[in-house]
Amino acid sequence: MFFPVFTSTENWREKSLRWLLAGVACTSLATLCAIMLFLFAEGLPVFAGYSPFSFFLGKFWYPTSEPPEFGILSLIAGSVSVMLLSTLIAVPLGVCTAAYLTEIAGGAVRRVVKPFIELLAALPSVVIGFFGMVVVAPFLQETFDLSTGLNLFNAALMLAFMSVPTICSVAEDALFAVPRSLREASLALGATRWETSVRMVLPAALSGISTAVMLGMSRAIGETMVVLMVAGGAAMLPGSVFDPVRPMPASIAAEMAEAPFRGEHYHALFAIGLVLFLFTLCFNLAASFISERYRHAGSSEL
Amino acid sequence: MSFYRILMMILCSVMLSRPALAAEEIVINGSTTVLPVMQKAAENFMAVNPSIILSISGGGSGNGIKALTDGLCQVAMSSRDMKENEVALAKKNGVTPVRIPVAVDALLPVVHPSNKLQAITLEQLRDIYTGKITNWKALGGTDKTIAVISRDTSSGTYETWEEKVMKKEKVVPSALLQASNGAVVQAVSKNPNAVGYIGFGYTNPGVKGLGIGQVKASPETALSGQWPIARELYLFTNGAPSGNVKKLIDYLLDPQKGQKMVQETGFIPLPKKR
Repeated sequence: MFFPVFTSTENWREKSLRWLLAGVACTSLATLCAIMLFLFAEGLPVFAGYSPFSFFLGKFWYPTSEPPEFGILSLIAGSVSVMLLSTLIAVPLGVCTAAYLTEIAGGAVRRVVKPFIELLAALPSVVIGFFGMVVVAPFLQETFDLSTGLNLFNAALMLAFMSVPTICSVAEDALFAVPRSLREASLALGATRWETSVRMVLPAALSGISTAVMLGMSRAIGETMVVLMVAGGAAMLPGSVFDPVRPMPASIAAEMAEAPFRGEHYHALFAIGLVLFLFTLCFNLAASFISERYRHAGSSEL
Repeated sequence: MSFYRILMMILCSVMLSRPALAAEEIVINGSTTVLPVMQKAAENFMAVNPSIILSISGGGSGNGIKALTDGLCQVAMSSRDMKENEVALAKKNGVTPVRIPVAVDALLPVVHPSNKLQAITLEQLRDIYTGKITNWKALGGTDKTIAVISRDTSSGTYETWEEKVMKKEKVVPSALLQASNGAVVQAVSKNPNAVGYIGFGYTNPGVKGLGIGQVKASPETALSGQWPIARELYLFTNGAPSGNVKKLIDYLLDPQKGQKMVQETGFIPLPKKR
C-alpha cells in the first residue's frame, strides 16, 4: 500500500508514525525522479546543436577538437562488448558455483566456501581495477604478445570477478528455493541425483537464475572504476577481444571534471549518462519481467 | 571589572573567529591547466591572509578571459596568450589586460626503460600519435606494435600536446587515453611497447624520458625555449595589479612561496631573475 490507510481506532501516534514511514519510503522515489529530471534537462540540450543521428551512430569521439565530434557508437560498442564478454565468463562460473554449493557440497564445505565468495563482492572496485592494471595487464601482454594488456579482455575479466558473487548468491537462493517435494518426487520416480539436478532443479530455478544473470549484466555495464583503469580508454570499435575500448562510464568519469560547465561537451556527457541509465533500466525491467513471467512455471521464486 | 573583561574576551574571540565579515573576495577564473597551481597556492595564501577570500573556478582559458573582459573576475588564468580579437573586445569594455607569466608547462615524451630509443623528432612523435607510424621498427627498434598512450582530450596537458606536437591533427582513435599524469606513468612503466607524455614534474625511475632531436629535457632547456614542447602559463589582470590582487600575484611569483607550489604541481618555476 503506497499511502497510509487509517482506521478510526488508531491514535495520533500511530498515524504520525505511518506518515513518517511513508515519507521516508518516498524519499528514494523522489530522489530517483529528481535524478531522472536532471539527466534529461542536462543531457537533451546536446541535440540542439548536434544531430541525434551523428550522436548515436558517429564513430569518432573528439569532444575538444574544432569542430567537436560527439559520436558515441564506439563508446556504446565498448560498453556492450565488455558487458557481454564478462557475462560469458561470469555466468558459467557463478551458476556452476551455486549449483555445486546447493546440490553437491556438504554443510562444512559450504560454510567455508560461501563467505569467501561473498568476500569477493566486498572488494572495492578500485582494488580490483588496480589488480587488473598492475598484475593482469602485464601478464596478458607477455602471454599473448600484445601491444597492451589494458584491453577489453582484461576489463571483462575484472568485471566478471565482480559479478560472480552477485550471480552466485542470487542463483543459489533460486536453487535453494526449489521445493524439497519436487526433488523427492524426482528421486522417487527413479531419476539419479545428476538427472534430478540437471533436468528438474535447474529448469525449476531458471527464472531466478535469469534474474541473477540480468542483475550481473546491469552491474557490469554501470561499473566505472574498473573500466576506467583497465579497459585502455581508446574510443574505437573493438576488432578483437584484445583491443582497448572506452566504455561509456569511463568516458564520463574521465572528462566530466574538465568539461566547461553547461557547454556542448558537458551536455554530451550527460546524454551518455542518459543512454547508460536507459541500458540499466532495460536490464532491471527484463530481470523483474522474467521473474514475474516464469514464476508459475516451477514453484521456485526469489 | 571582571564582567567587562569576560565580555571583552568573548567579543574578541568572536571577532577573531569570524574574519569573513571583513574579508575581500578575489574572483579567479580560467584555464584548468593553471587551476591546480592556483588551488594549492590559494590554500596557503588564505592561511596567511585570512582577510582575503579567493574564489577559484576553472572553465577553460577562453572562459576566464571572457570573464575578465566582462568584469566577472579580477584574475583570469590562461594557458595561452590572448588573441587579437579578445584584446580588442577587452579594450572596448574598458578593460586593459596585463599579462603575467607564472609558470612553464613542459611535456616529456616517455617510454619503458627497456626501450633502446634515446631521442625522437617532433615529426616522428606526430606520426606515432596520428597513427602513421605503428611499429617500433620504423624508429629502429624491435618489431613490436607501438602502444600509444595519450591523455584525455579535455585535459590541459593534452591541450599543450595538441598545440606543440599534433599541430591540430587528431590523435588516432586506438590511442589509450589515461585520466592523469600518474596513470600515464603507471601504464608506460608496465608496458615495454608504450610511449606516452607527462609533465616534467612527474618523471619517475619507472619510465625513460626521450630527447627531442639534439635537445635534452631539463628545466633549463624548457625555460630557454629550446625544448619544443613547452609553453608559458599566464595570469591576466585588468591594469597593473594593485591592492589584494598584487598581494596574490607577488605571493605566486615569490620563489620561496608560490613558485615552490608551481614545482610541486609538476610545472617548471620561472627563473629567479626576470
